[in-house]
Amino acid sequence: MNDTPAFELKGRLLTLTVLRLFEPHVVNLAMALKAKVEQAPGFFDNTPVVLDLEPLQDGHKVIDFPALVSLLGNHGLLVSGVLGGNEKQRRAAADAGLGLFSDRQRGAEPPQPAPEPAPAAEPEPRPEPEPEPEPPARPATCSARLVTQPVRSGQQIYARGGDLVVLAPVSAGAEIIADGHIHVYAPLRGRAIAGAAGDVDARIFCQSLEAELVSINGVYQIKEDLEQGVPGTPVQIHRQNDNLIIRPL
Amino acid sequence: MARIIVVTSGKGGVGKTTSSAAISTGLAQRGYKTAVVDFDVGLRNLDLIMGVERRVVYDFVNVINDEAKLGQALIRDKRVENLYVLPASQTRDKDALTQEGVGKVLGQFAEDGFDYVICDSPAGIERGAQLAMYFADEAIVVSNPEVSSVRDSDRMLGILSSKSRRAEQDDEPIREHLLITRYQPERVDLGEMLSVEDVLEILSVPLLGVIPESEAVLQASNAGVPVIMESGSDAGQAYDDAVARLLGEERELRFVDARKKGFFSRLLGK
Ligand SMILES: Nc1ncnc2c1ncn2[C@@H]1O[C@H](COP(=O)(O)OP(=O)(O)O)[C@@H](O)[C@H]1O
Ligand SMILES: [Mg+2]
Repeated sequence: MNDTPAFELKGRLLTLTVLRLFEPHVVNLAMALKAKVEQAPGFFDNTPVVLDLEPLQDGHKVIDFPALVSLLGNHGLLVSGVLGGNEKQRRAAADAGLGLFSDRQRGAEPPQPAPEPAPAAEPEPRPEPEPEPEPPARPATCSARLVTQPVRSGQQIYARGGDLVVLAPVSAGAEIIADGHIHVYAPLRGRAIAGAAGDVDARIFCQSLEAELVSINGVYQIKEDLEQGVPGTPVQIHRQNDNLIIRPL
Repeated sequence: MARIIVVTSGKGGVGKTTSSAAISTGLAQRGYKTAVVDFDVGLRNLDLIMGVERRVVYDFVNVINDEAKLGQALIRDKRVENLYVLPASQTRDKDALTQEGVGKVLGQFAEDGFDYVICDSPAGIERGAQLAMYFADEAIVVSNPEVSSVRDSDRMLGILSSKSRRAEQDDEPIREHLLITRYQPERVDLGEMLSVEDVLEILSVPLLGVIPESEAVLQASNAGVPVIMESGSDAGQAYDDAVARLLGEERELRFVDARKKGFFSRLLGK
């Protein structure tokens, strides 16, 4: 055996996704989540989250944490702890094995990794800086993701927190997702989902619209309803209220 | 360095084994030391198509497990010089192939001075197929001119570009070729099959060749002769063109136009 210690305990500030709970009923929550995930499968991928119970803390709402944890887990969200909530709710969370974040740890809105160590006691999830999916506006500085190879059937590309620019065809059976705009400088034959994190102003641009599905922040059209443009005519798609507007470029 | 070429498709029954046999034979006929390897463990049939089934002693899995040397397992073709067949095991399942083992055997081919190793992939997009393409330098994606086959080829191209050794090590990507097989120009004209242009439009991969649907393929495989050796046949000539293109020659496309077929031969149903 050597002398190197088996572990090291360190305080670190991490950017975490916070899920604000407005709805304590697991069934209602399940339906809302399903809708979200159907728009953007793979949107959550072992993403650590903290449940913010603040909206529920007044009143006597009982939260079934074990059911909630397993529901969120099924959709790729790993609950690491709770924030806020009343005494009873926090005790129930602790009983379900969740960490308790104090309101002091609530932090500023766009959390910046700080050099100062934080109190050491908090559970330390994977250090994965996640942009919060919650705020409707896109963060001010987000670079676009550039894809130069064809996106083939069965492949999925997600530009988290920014735009997606694809320079090659997107095949039927492929899926491209962006929190911002989507540009395809080739035929778009698969599924394209823009504004996946809530940006209603996101747009889809493509050289030839032959898509199976296009969606902007939850408003979608499938191939059958899609007024397919003349193949080879570039179009842009934007959202107006609850409709998608498709216009030649 | 041995150049490793996988013949793959996703879908089964599209002509991978027929093509692997023809192309490896064509390369050897041009003087390149070539091996063709059957990755379809449990369902081997490359040895039948190559007409060497009676001479199988050791197989690919034996070499991986160090139960035989590569030289002992390789079957030398009696008709074409420089051509060798490495058969698959008939009694083992696909788990007998490991990435490490496959890498070791492919490295051995390079040491033994082979110019080309053609890997005949099993169907599907799972482990067996992924191992067949993992080490490839080039890929020949075989597709029939129909929607489901093209879709499977598209999937396979996605896997080639993301799960191969070259992709993982951020090397120059695998060089991709499209081989359209079992092409029937008459049915394309009737709108029952996709045309060459349709398939190219969907897959956007450089075309290596178009092999017509041909009686000669069935006859040749029953006789254990790679169809490229039937140099009078349409399919044999189309494979010869494909091998020439693989080596950088320019050849015009043949057998893609229904009108060019003679009126009488169409009446005779040939
Ligand atoms: N060009 C062709 N014309 C007619 N039959 C063909 C042709 N290519 C392949 N076949 C037939 O199709 C079947 C499947 O071919 P095979 O090469 O074994 O496909 P795979 O290896 O992809 O499963 C065989 O019966 C073969 O004889
Ligand atoms: Mg086969």
